[in-house]
Amino acid sequence: MIAWRAYGAVGLGSALGSTLRYLVSLALTGPAFPWATLAVNGLGSWLIVAFAAYAARRTRGRVARWQPFLVGGFCAGFTTFSLYGLETLSLLYQGRLATALSYVAVSLVVWLGAAWAGYHTGQRLAVARG
Amino acid sequence: MSIDPLVLLAVAGGGGLGGMARLAVGNLVARWLDAGLPWGTLVVNLSGALLMGLAAGMLGLPDREAGLAWPLLAIGLLGGYTTVSSFSLQTLTLWQQRRRVAAVGYVALTLGAGGAALPAGVWLAGGLP
Repeated sequence: MIAWRAYGAVGLGSALGSTLRYLVSLALTGPAFPWATLAVNGLGSWLIVAFAAYAARRTRGRVARWQPFLVGGFCAGFTTFSLYGLETLSLLYQGRLATALSYVAVSLVVWLGAAWAGYHTGQRLAVARG
Repeated sequence: MSIDPLVLLAVAGGGGLGGMARLAVGNLVARWLDAGLPWGTLVVNLSGALLMGLAAGMLGLPDREAGLAWPLLAIGLLGGYTTVSSFSLQTLTLWQQRRRVAAVGYVALTLGAGGAALPAGVWLAGGLP
């Protein structure tokens, strides 16, 4: 793909993903625990791996053409590492050490668990579509 | 819940720019480092964490609304620049390739160095206001 098209697709996908992440944060707002960021990072991890596993088994067709928009754009912009870090730091500044540590631990389990689940979803979808 | 369209536009614009910056940095890093570990995503996430620390030090934690600067720079630009989905995909791929040490090392490096980069950014900005 020509470079500027890749940048356009990634930029557009990332803008959409970031906007949706912000809307989720408004819907799930609450000072007790950063549920919104946990949810978007889990969902995004699930989606990216499901797509990768699906695309790997479907070499023909147009699946690969969606990769810059969906993978490099939407999923990457929807999920966020820097805000996760900031929320952890914010909990530490509030003196909520146990909550901060459990946020880190739960995040890691949710991210990688969602990726593992996405892998199986993608494979099942690809097999089902032959 | 009320949605300010200007804030939404700031988040979208920042997120789009952040995504393109992520692509540019990823391409640049891929030219210098071999693909043994996902260095591009690591550099993006660590630099994004450092910059987020700087932003928090300058603008304050998001409890205090900072007009359009926070949605544009933190939620949009830095939020969209960094990524967890690529990190999850890369960790799973390393694990499935039976490169278990690389997978665990990648997780430890991301969480450990990311956890250090953010407070370092805050410190560079002179602490939280």
